Amino acid sequence: MRTPSWVPLVYVGPAAAVMAAACLYPLISGIQLGFFDWSMGTPWADAHWVGLRHFRTAFADPAVWSSLRVTLLFAFVCVTAEMSLGIALALLLEAPARAMAFFRSMFILPMMIAPIAVGLTWRYLFDAQFGFVNAILQHVGMAPHAWLADPSLSFIAIVVSDIWQWTPFVLIMMLAALASVDGSVLEASRIDGATWWQMTWRVKLPMVAHVIAITLLMRVIDAFRVLEVIYILTFGGPGDATEILSLHIYKAAFVSQNLGSAAAISVLLLAVVALLSCVALRFSNPLKQEKM
Amino acid sequence: MRRSPLLIGLHYTALVILACLCVAPIALIFVTSLRNQTQIFGEPLNLLFTPTLENYRAVLGEDNFARYLGNSLIVGVVSTALTLLLGCMAAYGLARFRFPGRTAVAYATLMLRTVPLAVLALPVFMIWSRWNMVNSLSGLILLYVAVNLPFTIWLLYGFVIQIPIELEEAAALDGCGPIGIFYKVFLPLIRPGLAAAAIFTFRIAWNEFILALVLTDRGTRTLPVATSLYITDIGVDWGKIMALGSLIAIPPLIFTLVAARQIITGLTAGAVKG
Repeated sequence: MRTPSWVPLVYVGPAAAVMAAACLYPLISGIQLGFFDWSMGTPWADAHWVGLRHFRTAFADPAVWSSLRVTLLFAFVCVTAEMSLGIALALLLEAPARAMAFFRSMFILPMMIAPIAVGLTWRYLFDAQFGFVNAILQHVGMAPHAWLADPSLSFIAIVVSDIWQWTPFVLIMMLAALASVDGSVLEASRIDGATWWQMTWRVKLPMVAHVIAITLLMRVIDAFRVLEVIYILTFGGPGDATEILSLHIYKAAFVSQNLGSAAAISVLLLAVVALLSCVALRFSNPLKQEKM
Repeated sequence: MRRSPLLIGLHYTALVILACLCVAPIALIFVTSLRNQTQIFGEPLNLLFTPTLENYRAVLGEDNFARYLGNSLIVGVVSTALTLLLGCMAAYGLARFRFPGRTAVAYATLMLRTVPLAVLALPVFMIWSRWNMVNSLSGLILLYVAVNLPFTIWLLYGFVIQIPIELEEAAALDGCGPIGIFYKVFLPLIRPGLAAAAIFTFRIAWNEFILALVLTDRGTRTLPVATSLYITDIGVDWGKIMALGSLIAIPPLIFTLVAARQIITGLTAGAVKG
């Protein structure tokens, strides 16, 4: 079937134009801003080239390093907990059960609800004076804590909220993956006398390793993108104990109006996420799948 | 293999506990929204209280509530419609034609899927100011369409490549033009993908509040932005904020209950072969 060369343009052009104008162009401008001195409200013509100055300032700033440390720790703790919990739960719950559709829809609720509601709920639960967590602690005779006013406890609070929201994602992915495992392979290993433990580690998990890898990468990328829940829950506080890079960028841009710094740190965050995305594409690339 | 009743009982117990853990914090938003100030502050664990609608009355009685709700609905519905329209055209074009620049567009789209919104906020604000689109609903809609297109295109792409090309060739032989093939053969076949894409796009457009906070003002605020403004330096007005939070949560709740299967399709797309 011969198609004129303008036909693909009609189909792909509009979407490409919108993404170029409202996503790619802002990204490039943002990176460009990292190399210029410019302040909000002045014409772009007044901006002047400052080379790597913003990057040097940013990397000399202990607040940026502290934010980077918080981000890496947050991503590491959350993703490790979510992956291990999610995989373990999927292995325990994979057997067919009635009303599984109902349970699955309960599990996706935390991901569908507005981040603002998630942030508020946990802020309410962890409230020092009338929060549920303290009320329960006191009920069982333990001392209450000022959760969101203590640096390490507030870090625990943001980790708990993320684990609550995203462990179900890993669970759903793993349940889908385990369901797609070829039953005859499992049957064969059972006939050969494999125990549940052996079947899990030697047969099932290796067969879904690909899904584990892509789920892990998706979770890591998303952990670097978290912003809204933490904005509501702690706004980075107390001090900068929970100020992840996204929030640091937001504050630099819109609170302290340090635009060059915001742009420089944005480049850093973009580089991390882009690198992870490239790795993810090696595992799951829709362009390659079609050739199978 | 038959499992013992004990094992089955444990299985269901575990499922129920997990479901409760997922639902309880959300239920708490609704419960708190039905309490008055004294109940919220005085007796957090007491679940036997007389529910009151005073928070809802206060929130719905705010001067601008109708406007914020209207803004949210316009932004949510228009962004979703535009994203679906442009997204399924692009998915079809990428899957069915080989043309110069195809790989470049494809990879750019795949990479844009993971851009952190925090990184976009400042440059978008700069550019929208230049284009006079700050504080306008169309500016917010344009941005939401752009950030949702990458996911939508690749979700739908997965559906398009599964449709045998012979189906379209047969339609063409019967005298159906390219536009006719698109609407009569192709669209009906990717409906599950469209449903998933619609829910995910609406979810972002309806829930998102950081970009909306930056890009809107009194007249164009969406509901999540209005909600976040109840958090002040003095404290949080819990009753009202939970009432607004509950109202915002209604559409995603409904989607989850009626279209869980499509949502799971969207979540697992690309990683797990259905």
